[in-house]
Amino acid sequence: MNPFTYVRAEDANQAVTAVSGKPQSKFLGGGTNLIDLMKMGVETPNGLIDINRLPLAQIEELPNKGVRIGAMARNSDVAEHQLIKTRYPVLSQALLSGASPQLRNMATVGGNLMQRTRCYYFYDPAFPACNKRKPGSGCGALDGYNRIHAVLGQGEQCIATHPSDMCVALAALDAVVHVRGPNGERQIAFGDFHRLPGNTPERDTNLGPDELIIAVDLPAIPFAVRSHYLKVRDRASYAFALVSVAAALDLGSNNEINAARVALGGVAHKPWRANVAEKKLIGQEANENTFRVAAEAELAAAKGYKYNSFKIELAKRAIVRALSNVAAMG
Amino acid sequence: MSSESEEPLASDASESNELGIIGHLETRRKFIKQVAGTSAVLAIGPHLVGSASLDQVTPTATPEGTSDLLKVNLKINGKSHALDVDPRVTLLDALRERLQLTGSKKGCDHGQCGACTVLVNARRINSCLTLAVMHEGDEITTIEGLANGDELHPMQAAFIEHDGFQCGYCTPGQICSAVALLHEGHANSDDEIREWMSGNICRCGAYPNILAAIKEAETKGRA
Repeated sequence: MNPFTYVRAEDANQAVTAVSGKPQSKFLGGGTNLIDLMKMGVETPNGLIDINRLPLAQIEELPNKGVRIGAMARNSDVAEHQLIKTRYPVLSQALLSGASPQLRNMATVGGNLMQRTRCYYFYDPAFPACNKRKPGSGCGALDGYNRIHAVLGQGEQCIATHPSDMCVALAALDAVVHVRGPNGERQIAFGDFHRLPGNTPERDTNLGPDELIIAVDLPAIPFAVRSHYLKVRDRASYAFALVSVAAALDLGSNNEINAARVALGGVAHKPWRANVAEKKLIGQEANENTFRVAAEAELAAAKGYKYNSFKIELAKRAIVRALSNVAAMG
Repeated sequence: MSSESEEPLASDASESNELGIIGHLETRRKFIKQVAGTSAVLAIGPHLVGSASLDQVTPTATPEGTSDLLKVNLKINGKSHALDVDPRVTLLDALRERLQLTGSKKGCDHGQCGACTVLVNARRINSCLTLAVMHEGDEITTIEGLANGDELHPMQAAFIEHDGFQCGYCTPGQICSAVALLHEGHANSDDEIREWMSGNICRCGAYPNILAAIKEAETKGRA
Protein backbone atom coordinates (compact mmCIF):
# COMPACT_ATOMS: atom_id res chain seq x y z
CA MET A 1 0.00 0.00 0.00
CA ASN A 2 1.36 3.45 -0.87
CA PRO A 3 1.86 5.96 1.95
CA PHE A 4 -0.90 8.46 2.63
CA THR A 5 -1.93 11.06 5.16
CA TYR A 6 -4.98 10.29 7.27
CA VAL A 7 -7.39 12.79 8.74
CA ARG A 8 -10.76 12.31 10.41
CA ALA A 9 -13.60 14.66 9.52
CA GLU A 10 -16.29 15.45 12.08
CA ASP A 11 -18.88 16.95 9.73
CA ALA A 12 -19.66 17.11 6.02
CA ASN A 13 -18.35 20.62 5.43
CA GLN A 14 -15.06 19.76 7.07
CA ALA A 15 -14.79 16.69 4.85
CA VAL A 16 -15.51 18.65 1.66
CA THR A 17 -13.00 21.33 2.64
CA ALA A 18 -10.38 18.69 3.36
CA VAL A 19 -10.72 17.09 -0.09
CA SER A 20 -11.17 20.31 -2.04
CA GLY A 21 -8.35 20.99 -4.48
CA LYS A 22 -6.64 17.69 -3.68
CA PRO A 23 -7.54 15.34 -6.51
CA GLN A 24 -5.26 12.64 -5.09
CA SER A 25 -7.26 12.50 -1.82
CA LYS A 26 -10.22 10.23 -1.24
CA PHE A 27 -13.01 9.84 1.28
CA LEU A 28 -12.77 6.70 3.42
CA GLY A 29 -16.11 5.13 4.38
CA GLY A 30 -16.48 1.48 5.27
CA GLY A 31 -13.27 0.75 3.38
CA THR A 32 -14.44 -2.61 2.06
CA ASN A 33 -13.61 -1.74 -1.54
CA LEU A 34 -11.13 1.15 -1.25
CA ILE A 35 -8.74 -0.51 1.20
CA ASP A 36 -8.84 -3.70 -0.84
CA LEU A 37 -7.99 -1.75 -4.00
CA MET A 38 -5.18 0.05 -2.16
CA LYS A 39 -3.74 -3.31 -1.11
CA MET A 40 -3.86 -4.34 -4.77
CA GLY A 41 -2.13 -1.12 -5.86
CA VAL A 42 -5.09 -0.16 -8.04
CA GLU A 43 -6.05 2.85 -5.91
CA THR A 44 -3.12 4.97 -4.73
CA PRO A 45 -4.51 8.04 -2.94
CA ASN A 46 -1.97 10.18 -1.10
CA GLY A 47 -4.56 11.30 1.44
CA LEU A 48 -7.58 9.66 3.08
CA ILE A 49 -10.34 11.64 4.77
CA ASP A 50 -12.15 9.35 7.19
CA ILE A 51 -15.86 10.18 7.05
CA ASN A 52 -17.05 7.42 9.39
CA ARG A 53 -17.86 9.89 12.17
CA LEU A 54 -20.08 12.12 10.02
CA PRO A 55 -23.62 12.31 11.42
CA LEU A 56 -25.15 10.98 8.19
CA ALA A 57 -26.43 7.53 9.12
CA GLN A 58 -30.12 8.28 9.65
CA ILE A 59 -32.94 6.59 7.77
CA GLU A 60 -36.09 8.71 7.97
CA GLU A 61 -39.45 9.27 6.34
CA LEU A 62 -39.81 12.39 4.21
CA PRO A 63 -42.90 14.65 4.26
CA ASN A 64 -43.83 13.33 0.78
CA LYS A 65 -43.86 9.75 2.21
CA GLY A 66 -40.58 8.93 0.56
CA VAL A 67 -37.56 7.84 2.60
CA ARG A 68 -34.17 9.52 3.03
CA ILE A 69 -31.18 7.25 3.64
CA GLY A 70 -28.07 8.95 5.02
CA ALA A 71 -24.92 8.26 3.04
CA MET A 72 -23.17 6.72 6.04
CA ALA A 73 -25.97 4.26 6.84
CA ARG A 74 -24.46 0.78 6.81
CA ASN A 75 -25.80 -1.71 4.27
CA SER A 76 -26.96 -4.03 7.08
CA ASP A 77 -28.91 -1.27 8.84
CA VAL A 78 -30.66 -0.21 5.62
CA ALA A 79 -31.58 -3.81 4.79
CA GLU A 80 -33.09 -4.41 8.25
CA HIS A 81 -34.90 -1.08 8.59
CA GLN A 82 -38.69 -1.41 8.90
CA LEU A 83 -39.40 1.43 6.42
CA ILE A 84 -37.21 -0.25 3.81
CA LYS A 85 -38.43 -3.80 4.44
CA THR A 86 -42.09 -2.85 4.24
CA ARG A 87 -42.14 -0.15 1.52
CA TYR A 88 -39.17 -1.13 -0.65
CA PRO A 89 -38.62 -4.89 -0.21
CA VAL A 90 -36.62 -4.94 -3.47
CA LEU A 91 -33.97 -2.75 -1.84
CA SER A 92 -33.79 -4.83 1.32
CA GLN A 93 -33.50 -8.03 -0.72
CA ALA A 94 -30.83 -6.56 -2.99
CA LEU A 95 -28.72 -5.51 -0.01
CA LEU A 96 -29.04 -8.87 1.72
CA SER A 97 -28.05 -10.69 -1.48
CA GLY A 98 -24.75 -8.81 -1.61
CA ALA A 99 -21.43 -9.54 0.11
CA SER A 100 -21.40 -11.11 3.60
CA PRO A 101 -22.85 -10.04 6.99
CA GLN A 102 -19.43 -8.72 8.03
CA LEU A 103 -19.00 -6.62 4.89
CA ARG A 104 -22.57 -5.32 5.08
CA ASN A 105 -21.88 -4.14 8.63
CA MET A 106 -18.98 -2.08 7.30
CA ALA A 107 -20.11 -0.93 3.85
CA THR A 108 -21.99 2.37 3.58
CA VAL A 109 -24.67 3.48 1.13
CA GLY A 110 -22.42 6.20 -0.28
CA GLY A 111 -19.55 3.76 -0.65
CA ASN A 112 -21.79 1.24 -2.36
CA LEU A 113 -22.55 3.86 -5.04
CA MET A 114 -18.81 4.38 -5.49
CA GLN A 115 -17.87 0.68 -5.79
CA ARG A 116 -15.51 -0.08 -8.61
CA THR A 117 -15.83 -2.93 -11.07
CA ARG A 118 -14.67 -6.44 -10.24
CA CYS A 119 -13.31 -6.94 -13.77
CA TYR A 120 -10.18 -9.07 -13.28
CA TYR A 121 -8.20 -6.94 -15.70
CA PHE A 122 -8.98 -3.80 -13.69
CA TYR A 123 -8.43 -5.36 -10.28
CA ASP A 124 -4.95 -6.75 -10.89
CA PRO A 125 -2.22 -4.35 -12.04
CA ALA A 126 -0.24 -7.38 -13.27
CA PHE A 127 -2.47 -7.12 -16.35
CA PRO A 128 -0.97 -4.32 -18.44
CA ALA A 129 -4.10 -3.38 -20.37
CA CYS A 130 -7.05 -1.70 -18.71
CA ASN A 131 -8.47 1.58 -19.97
CA LYS A 132 -10.31 2.08 -16.70
CA ARG A 133 -7.20 1.71 -14.54
CA LYS A 134 -4.75 3.18 -17.04
CA PRO A 135 -6.46 5.21 -19.79
CA GLY A 136 -5.15 4.40 -23.25
CA SER A 137 -3.66 1.03 -22.29
CA GLY A 138 -6.36 -1.04 -23.97
CA CYS A 139 -8.94 -3.51 -22.70
CA GLY A 140 -7.71 -6.90 -21.54
CA ALA A 141 -11.21 -8.29 -21.28
CA LEU A 142 -12.25 -7.64 -24.88
CA ASP A 143 -10.31 -10.62 -26.19
CA GLY A 144 -9.62 -12.16 -22.80
CA TYR A 145 -11.66 -14.15 -20.31
CA ASN A 146 -14.82 -12.06 -20.36
CA ARG A 147 -17.39 -14.31 -18.70
CA ILE A 148 -18.50 -11.72 -16.12
CA HIS A 149 -18.57 -8.79 -18.52
CA ALA A 150 -21.14 -6.48 -20.06
CA VAL A 151 -23.62 -7.22 -22.85
CA LEU A 152 -25.43 -3.85 -22.87
CA GLY A 153 -24.18 -0.28 -23.30
CA GLN A 154 -20.54 -1.26 -23.57
CA GLY A 155 -17.93 0.07 -25.97
CA GLU A 156 -14.66 -1.10 -27.41
CA GLN A 157 -12.81 0.76 -24.65
CA CYS A 158 -14.33 -1.11 -21.71
CA ILE A 159 -16.73 -4.00 -21.14
CA ALA A 160 -16.66 -3.96 -17.34
CA THR A 161 -19.84 -4.31 -15.27
CA HIS A 162 -20.97 -2.41 -12.20
CA PRO A 163 -20.83 -4.82 -9.24
CA SER A 164 -23.51 -3.44 -6.91
CA ASP A 165 -26.80 -5.12 -6.06
CA MET A 166 -28.10 -2.18 -4.03
CA CYS A 167 -27.69 0.19 -6.98
CA VAL A 168 -29.84 -2.01 -9.22
CA ALA A 169 -32.73 -1.61 -6.78
CA LEU A 170 -32.06 2.14 -6.47
CA ALA A 171 -32.16 2.45 -10.28
CA ALA A 172 -35.55 0.74 -10.37
CA LEU A 173 -36.84 2.98 -7.57
CA ASP A 174 -35.81 6.28 -9.25
CA ALA A 175 -33.68 7.26 -6.28
CA VAL A 176 -32.12 10.72 -6.06
CA VAL A 177 -28.54 11.22 -4.87
CA HIS A 178 -27.80 14.31 -2.76
CA VAL A 179 -24.21 15.52 -2.96
CA ARG A 180 -22.34 18.41 -1.37
CA GLY A 181 -19.39 20.24 -2.87
CA PRO A 182 -17.47 23.44 -2.13
CA ASN A 183 -20.28 25.45 -3.76
CA GLY A 184 -23.17 23.81 -1.94
CA GLU A 185 -25.50 20.90 -2.57
CA ARG A 186 -27.01 19.47 -5.73
CA GLN A 187 -29.19 16.50 -6.60
CA ILE A 188 -28.42 13.83 -9.18
CA ALA A 189 -31.12 11.56 -10.58
CA PHE A 190 -30.00 7.98 -10.06
CA GLY A 191 -29.94 7.22 -13.78
CA ASP A 192 -27.48 10.09 -14.27
CA PHE A 193 -25.18 9.16 -11.40
CA HIS A 194 -23.28 6.27 -13.02
CA ARG A 195 -21.82 6.50 -16.53
CA LEU A 196 -21.49 4.28 -19.55
CA PRO A 197 -17.84 3.77 -20.52
CA GLY A 198 -17.77 5.66 -23.82
CA ASN A 199 -14.32 7.16 -24.33
CA THR A 200 -13.76 7.81 -20.62
CA PRO A 201 -14.06 4.42 -18.91
CA GLU A 202 -11.85 5.70 -16.09
CA ARG A 203 -14.84 7.72 -14.89
CA ASP A 204 -17.45 5.53 -13.20
CA THR A 205 -19.75 8.33 -12.04
CA ASN A 206 -20.66 11.97 -12.58
CA LEU A 207 -19.72 12.87 -9.01
CA GLY A 208 -17.19 15.72 -8.94
CA PRO A 209 -13.76 15.05 -7.43
CA ASP A 210 -14.54 17.30 -4.44
CA GLU A 211 -18.16 16.29 -3.95
CA LEU A 212 -19.40 14.15 -1.06
CA ILE A 213 -22.51 11.98 -1.17
CA ILE A 214 -24.81 13.13 1.64
CA ALA A 215 -27.95 11.06 1.23
CA VAL A 216 -30.07 8.97 -1.12
CA ASP A 217 -33.79 9.77 -1.36
CA LEU A 218 -36.37 7.18 -2.32
CA PRO A 219 -39.56 8.68 -3.76
CA ALA A 220 -42.91 7.43 -2.52
CA ILE A 221 -43.85 4.48 -4.75
CA PRO A 222 -46.89 2.78 -3.24
CA PHE A 223 -46.70 -0.23 -5.59
CA ALA A 224 -43.07 -0.89 -4.59
CA VAL A 225 -44.48 -2.97 -1.72
CA ARG A 226 -44.92 -5.48 -4.54
CA SER A 227 -41.29 -5.70 -5.61
CA HIS A 228 -38.57 -8.30 -5.79
CA TYR A 229 -34.82 -8.72 -6.38
CA LEU A 230 -33.67 -11.83 -8.24
CA LYS A 231 -29.95 -12.56 -8.29
CA VAL A 232 -28.33 -15.27 -10.44
CA ARG A 233 -24.77 -16.20 -9.48
CA ASP A 234 -22.26 -19.03 -9.47
CA ARG A 235 -22.74 -19.87 -5.77
CA ALA A 236 -25.85 -19.90 -3.58
CA SER A 237 -24.44 -17.04 -1.52
CA TYR A 238 -21.59 -14.54 -1.27
CA ALA A 239 -20.90 -14.06 -4.97
CA PHE A 240 -21.32 -11.21 -7.44
CA ALA A 241 -24.28 -11.35 -9.80
CA LEU A 242 -23.93 -12.82 -13.25
CA VAL A 243 -27.32 -11.28 -13.90
CA SER A 244 -29.76 -9.70 -11.48
CA VAL A 245 -33.19 -8.11 -11.81
CA ALA A 246 -34.97 -5.57 -9.62
CA ALA A 247 -38.67 -5.55 -10.46
CA ALA A 248 -41.90 -3.94 -9.28
CA LEU A 249 -45.39 -3.99 -10.79
CA ASP A 250 -48.50 -1.88 -10.32
CA LEU A 251 -51.35 -4.19 -11.32
CA GLY A 252 -54.97 -3.19 -11.92
CA SER A 253 -57.93 -5.29 -10.81
CA ASN A 254 -58.07 -6.95 -14.25
CA ASN A 255 -54.39 -7.94 -13.96
CA GLU A 256 -53.42 -5.14 -16.32
CA ILE A 257 -50.02 -3.53 -15.80
CA ASN A 258 -50.47 0.14 -14.86
CA ALA A 259 -46.81 0.74 -14.14
CA ALA A 260 -43.63 -1.31 -14.08
CA ARG A 261 -40.09 -0.92 -12.83
CA VAL A 262 -37.33 -3.15 -14.12
CA ALA A 263 -33.57 -2.73 -13.70
CA LEU A 264 -30.74 -5.16 -14.44
CA GLY A 265 -27.42 -5.83 -12.73
CA GLY A 266 -24.36 -7.67 -14.02
CA VAL A 267 -24.99 -6.70 -17.63
CA ALA A 268 -23.62 -3.17 -18.03
CA HIS A 269 -21.11 -0.56 -16.89
CA LYS A 270 -23.89 0.98 -14.80
CA PRO A 271 -27.05 -0.31 -13.13
CA TRP A 272 -29.24 -0.82 -16.21
CA ARG A 273 -32.73 0.62 -16.10
CA ALA A 274 -34.82 -1.45 -18.53
CA ASN A 275 -36.79 1.41 -20.09
CA VAL A 276 -37.58 -0.54 -23.25
CA ALA A 277 -39.03 -3.45 -21.31
CA GLU A 278 -41.06 -1.16 -19.08
CA LYS A 279 -42.71 0.51 -22.09
CA LYS A 280 -43.64 -2.90 -23.51
CA LEU A 281 -45.25 -3.91 -20.22
CA ILE A 282 -47.53 -0.90 -19.71
CA GLY A 283 -51.18 -1.63 -20.51
CA GLN A 284 -50.57 -5.34 -21.08
CA GLU A 285 -51.92 -8.25 -19.10
CA ALA A 286 -49.41 -9.53 -16.57
CA ASN A 287 -48.49 -12.97 -17.82
CA GLU A 288 -45.42 -14.89 -18.90
CA ASN A 289 -45.88 -14.08 -22.56
CA THR A 290 -46.02 -10.34 -21.86
CA PHE A 291 -42.91 -10.61 -19.73
CA ARG A 292 -41.04 -12.54 -22.42
CA VAL A 293 -41.90 -9.98 -25.11
CA ALA A 294 -40.64 -7.19 -22.86
CA ALA A 295 -37.44 -9.10 -22.07
CA GLU A 296 -36.77 -9.79 -25.76
CA ALA A 297 -37.20 -6.10 -26.54
CA GLU A 298 -34.83 -5.01 -23.79
CA LEU A 299 -32.07 -7.39 -24.84
CA ALA A 300 -32.52 -6.82 -28.60
CA ALA A 301 -29.47 -4.55 -28.69
CA ALA A 302 -27.34 -6.82 -26.50
CA LYS A 303 -23.92 -7.94 -27.72
CA GLY A 304 -22.04 -10.88 -26.28
CA TYR A 305 -18.36 -11.81 -26.35
CA LYS A 306 -16.54 -15.13 -26.38
CA TYR A 307 -17.41 -16.20 -22.83
CA ASN A 308 -20.43 -14.12 -21.79
CA SER A 309 -23.02 -14.57 -24.54
CA PHE A 310 -24.96 -16.82 -22.17
CA LYS A 311 -25.88 -13.67 -20.23
CA ILE A 312 -28.24 -12.49 -22.98
CA GLU A 313 -30.65 -15.42 -22.68
CA LEU A 314 -30.03 -15.58 -18.92
CA ALA A 315 -31.06 -11.94 -18.56
CA LYS A 316 -34.26 -12.53 -20.53
CA ARG A 317 -35.21 -15.52 -18.40
CA ALA A 318 -34.32 -13.66 -15.21
CA ILE A 319 -36.60 -10.77 -16.21
CA VAL A 320 -39.46 -13.19 -16.84
CA ARG A 321 -38.83 -15.00 -13.55
CA ALA A 322 -38.59 -11.79 -11.49
CA LEU A 323 -41.75 -10.29 -13.00
CA SER A 324 -43.60 -13.59 -12.56
CA ASN A 325 -42.58 -13.64 -8.90
CA VAL A 326 -43.85 -10.10 -8.43
CA ALA A 327 -47.14 -10.81 -10.22
CA ALA A 328 -47.67 -13.85 -8.01
CA MET A 329 -47.44 -11.74 -4.86
CA GLY A 330 -51.13 -10.99 -5.25
CA MET B 1 7.53 -3.11 18.81
CA SER B 2 5.74 -5.71 20.79
CA SER B 3 4.59 -4.10 24.02
CA GLU B 4 1.26 -2.31 24.15
CA SER B 5 2.70 0.75 25.88
CA GLU B 6 5.05 1.78 23.15
CA GLU B 7 8.42 3.39 23.46
CA PRO B 8 9.13 5.86 20.66
CA LEU B 9 9.77 3.66 17.68
CA ALA B 10 13.16 2.95 16.25
CA SER B 11 15.22 4.66 18.87
CA ASP B 12 18.75 3.34 18.79
CA ALA B 13 18.18 1.34 21.95
CA SER B 14 14.98 -0.39 20.86
CA GLU B 15 16.33 -1.10 17.42
CA SER B 16 19.43 -2.77 18.78
CA ASN B 17 17.22 -4.77 21.13
CA GLU B 18 15.22 -5.95 18.16
CA LEU B 19 18.34 -6.95 16.35
CA GLY B 20 20.06 -8.46 19.40
CA ILE B 21 17.47 -11.03 20.42
CA ILE B 22 19.12 -14.06 18.97
CA GLY B 23 20.23 -15.24 22.40
CA HIS B 24 16.69 -15.06 23.75
CA LEU B 25 14.74 -17.00 21.17
CA GLU B 26 11.77 -18.71 22.74
CA THR B 27 9.41 -19.66 20.00
CA ARG B 28 9.22 -19.75 16.26
CA ARG B 29 6.35 -17.25 16.37
CA LYS B 30 8.36 -14.84 18.49
CA PHE B 31 11.36 -15.15 16.19
CA ILE B 32 9.29 -14.51 13.11
CA LYS B 33 7.59 -11.57 14.79
CA GLN B 34 10.85 -10.03 15.85
CA VAL B 35 12.37 -10.30 12.41
CA ALA B 36 9.19 -8.97 10.81
CA GLY B 37 8.93 -6.22 13.40
CA THR B 38 12.45 -5.06 12.77
CA SER B 39 11.77 -4.83 9.06
CA ALA B 40 8.64 -2.84 9.78
CA VAL B 41 10.56 -0.35 11.90
CA LEU B 42 13.10 0.15 9.17
CA ALA B 43 10.45 0.50 6.50
CA ILE B 44 8.16 2.85 8.37
CA GLY B 45 10.68 5.28 9.73
CA PRO B 46 10.49 7.29 12.91
CA HIS B 47 8.03 10.07 12.09
CA LEU B 48 5.82 10.70 15.09
CA VAL B 49 3.02 13.22 14.95
CA GLY B 50 0.05 14.01 17.15
CA SER B 51 -3.52 12.83 16.80
CA ALA B 52 -5.03 13.10 13.36
CA SER B 53 -7.47 15.94 13.58
CA LEU B 54 -8.03 18.14 10.58
CA ASP B 55 -6.65 21.11 12.45
CA GLN B 56 -3.34 19.51 13.21
CA VAL B 57 -2.51 17.46 10.18
CA THR B 58 -2.22 19.09 6.82
CA PRO B 59 -2.07 16.53 4.06
CA THR B 60 1.18 17.05 2.24
CA ALA B 61 3.21 14.93 -0.07
CA THR B 62 4.98 12.39 2.09
CA PRO B 63 8.33 10.98 1.13
CA GLU B 64 8.03 7.78 -0.83
CA GLY B 65 7.83 4.71 1.38
CA THR B 66 6.96 6.50 4.59
CA SER B 67 3.85 7.69 6.37
CA ASP B 68 3.58 9.75 9.52
CA LEU B 69 2.76 7.69 12.60
CA LEU B 70 -0.50 8.48 14.33
CA LYS B 71 -1.57 7.93 17.90
CA VAL B 72 -4.58 5.72 18.41
CA ASN B 73 -6.17 4.28 21.51
CA LEU B 74 -7.67 0.86 20.87
CA LYS B 75 -10.03 -0.62 23.45
CA ILE B 76 -9.78 -4.35 23.01
CA ASN B 77 -11.46 -6.93 25.23
CA GLY B 78 -12.05 -4.22 27.82
CA LYS B 79 -8.45 -3.04 27.96
CA SER B 80 -7.05 0.17 26.43
CA HIS B 81 -3.93 0.07 24.28
CA ALA B 82 -2.18 3.26 23.22
CA LEU B 83 -0.33 2.75 19.94
CA ASP B 84 1.61 4.80 17.44
CA VAL B 85 0.69 3.35 14.09
CA ASP B 86 1.34 3.94 10.44
CA PRO B 87 -2.11 4.74 8.99
CA ARG B 88 -1.65 1.85 6.57
CA VAL B 89 -1.81 -0.69 9.40
CA THR B 90 -5.05 -2.64 9.33
CA LEU B 91 -6.89 -3.46 12.52
CA LEU B 92 -5.98 -7.11 11.93
CA ASP B 93 -2.26 -6.34 11.70
CA ALA B 94 -2.42 -4.12 14.79
CA LEU B 95 -4.03 -6.96 16.75
CA ARG B 96 -1.62 -9.62 15.55
CA GLU B 97 1.68 -7.82 15.07
CA ARG B 98 1.50 -5.10 17.71
CA LEU B 99 -0.65 -6.54 20.48
CA GLN B 100 0.11 -10.26 20.18
CA LEU B 101 -3.61 -11.02 19.86
CA THR B 102 -2.92 -13.69 17.27
CA GLY B 103 -6.28 -15.44 17.63
CA SER B 104 -7.71 -13.36 14.78
CA LYS B 105 -6.28 -14.95 11.66
CA LYS B 106 -5.08 -13.57 8.35
CA GLY B 107 -6.54 -15.80 5.66
CA CYS B 108 -7.07 -13.99 2.39
CA ASP B 109 -6.42 -10.41 3.66
CA HIS B 110 -9.07 -9.22 1.17
CA GLY B 111 -12.36 -9.60 3.03
CA GLN B 112 -13.27 -12.83 1.30
CA CYS B 113 -12.67 -15.58 3.89
CA GLY B 114 -13.79 -14.25 7.30
CA ALA B 115 -10.83 -15.66 9.28
CA CYS B 116 -10.14 -12.13 10.61
CA THR B 117 -13.70 -11.55 11.91
CA VAL B 118 -13.87 -9.54 15.14
CA LEU B 119 -16.67 -7.67 16.89
CA VAL B 120 -16.57 -3.86 16.86
CA ASN B 121 -19.23 -2.24 19.02
CA ALA B 122 -20.88 -5.70 19.11
CA ARG B 123 -21.05 -5.98 15.29
CA ARG B 124 -18.99 -8.44 13.29
CA ILE B 125 -16.60 -6.99 10.72
CA ASN B 126 -13.57 -8.09 8.67
CA SER B 127 -10.60 -6.64 10.54
CA CYS B 128 -8.40 -6.97 7.42
CA LEU B 129 -10.36 -4.31 5.50
CA THR B 130 -10.36 -1.60 8.13
CA LEU B 131 -7.53 0.60 9.36
CA ALA B 132 -6.50 0.62 13.01
CA VAL B 133 -6.64 4.43 13.12
CA MET B 134 -10.34 4.32 12.24
CA HIS B 135 -11.16 2.65 15.58
CA GLU B 136 -10.32 5.23 18.20
CA GLY B 137 -12.76 4.72 21.07
CA ASP B 138 -14.51 1.66 19.58
CA GLU B 139 -15.20 -1.41 21.75
CA ILE B 140 -13.36 -4.24 20.03
CA THR B 141 -13.84 -7.89 21.01
CA THR B 142 -11.59 -10.61 19.63
CA ILE B 143 -11.68 -14.37 20.14
CA GLU B 144 -9.39 -13.83 23.15
CA GLY B 145 -12.08 -11.75 24.84
CA LEU B 146 -15.00 -14.17 24.63
CA ALA B 147 -14.21 -16.53 27.51
CA ASN B 148 -14.90 -15.54 31.09
CA GLY B 149 -11.59 -16.44 32.71
CA ASP B 150 -11.27 -20.22 32.42
CA GLU B 151 -14.91 -20.59 31.51
CA LEU B 152 -15.37 -20.88 27.76
CA HIS B 153 -17.98 -18.83 25.96
CA PRO B 154 -20.96 -21.12 25.20
CA MET B 155 -20.16 -20.85 21.48
CA GLN B 156 -16.56 -21.95 22.07
CA ALA B 157 -17.79 -24.89 24.15
CA ALA B 158 -20.30 -25.84 21.46
CA PHE B 159 -17.61 -25.80 18.72
CA ILE B 160 -15.52 -28.21 20.82
CA GLU B 161 -18.51 -30.40 21.63
CA HIS B 162 -19.46 -30.73 17.96
CA ASP B 163 -15.97 -30.80 16.39
CA GLY B 164 -16.75 -27.57 14.55
CA PHE B 165 -13.27 -27.49 13.01
CA GLN B 166 -10.47 -29.60 11.63
CA CYS B 167 -7.32 -27.54 11.17
CA GLY B 168 -8.76 -24.72 13.28
CA TYR B 169 -7.44 -21.80 11.26
CA CYS B 170 -10.85 -20.35 10.41
CA THR B 171 -12.30 -21.17 13.85
CA PRO B 172 -11.74 -17.87 15.70
CA GLY B 173 -13.47 -16.03 12.86
CA GLN B 174 -16.23 -18.63 12.69
CA ILE B 175 -16.88 -18.33 16.44
CA CYS B 176 -16.88 -14.52 16.47
CA SER B 177 -19.22 -14.54 13.48
CA ALA B 178 -21.50 -17.12 15.13
CA VAL B 179 -21.69 -15.11 18.36
CA ALA B 180 -22.80 -12.08 16.33
CA LEU B 181 -25.27 -14.20 14.34
CA LEU B 182 -27.08 -15.25 17.52
CA HIS B 183 -27.11 -11.64 18.71
CA GLU B 184 -28.62 -10.57 15.36
CA GLY B 185 -31.34 -13.22 15.64
CA HIS B 186 -30.45 -15.08 12.45
CA ALA B 187 -30.47 -18.66 13.80
CA ASN B 188 -34.09 -19.51 13.03
CA SER B 189 -33.43 -22.34 10.58
CA ASP B 190 -30.54 -24.36 9.16
CA ASP B 191 -30.77 -22.45 5.88
CA GLU B 192 -30.80 -19.11 7.63
CA ILE B 193 -27.72 -20.02 9.68
CA ARG B 194 -25.90 -21.20 6.53
CA GLU B 195 -26.73 -17.98 4.68
CA TRP B 196 -25.68 -15.74 7.58
CA MET B 197 -22.43 -17.69 8.07
CA SER B 198 -21.57 -17.43 4.36
CA GLY B 199 -18.87 -14.84 5.06
CA ASN B 200 -16.76 -17.44 6.87
CA ILE B 201 -15.07 -19.98 4.66
CA CYS B 202 -13.80 -23.32 6.04
CA ARG B 203 -11.36 -25.06 3.73
CA CYS B 204 -11.59 -28.28 5.75
CA GLY B 205 -15.34 -28.34 5.14
CA ALA B 206 -16.45 -28.55 8.77
CA TYR B 207 -19.71 -26.82 7.87
CA PRO B 208 -22.14 -29.52 9.15
CA ASN B 209 -20.44 -29.49 12.55
CA ILE B 210 -20.25 -25.69 12.65
CA LEU B 211 -23.99 -25.62 11.96
CA ALA B 212 -24.60 -28.15 14.75
CA ALA B 213 -22.50 -26.11 17.18
CA ILE B 214 -24.38 -22.89 16.43
CA LYS B 215 -27.74 -24.64 16.83
CA GLU B 216 -26.70 -26.02 20.20
CA ALA B 217 -25.42 -22.64 21.41
CA GLU B 218 -28.68 -21.07 20.24
CA THR B 219 -30.79 -23.69 22.05
CA LYS B 220 -28.78 -23.44 25.25
CA GLY B 221 -28.94 -19.66 25.10
CA ARG B 222 -32.73 -19.83 25.03
CA ALA B 223 -32.96 -22.46 27.80
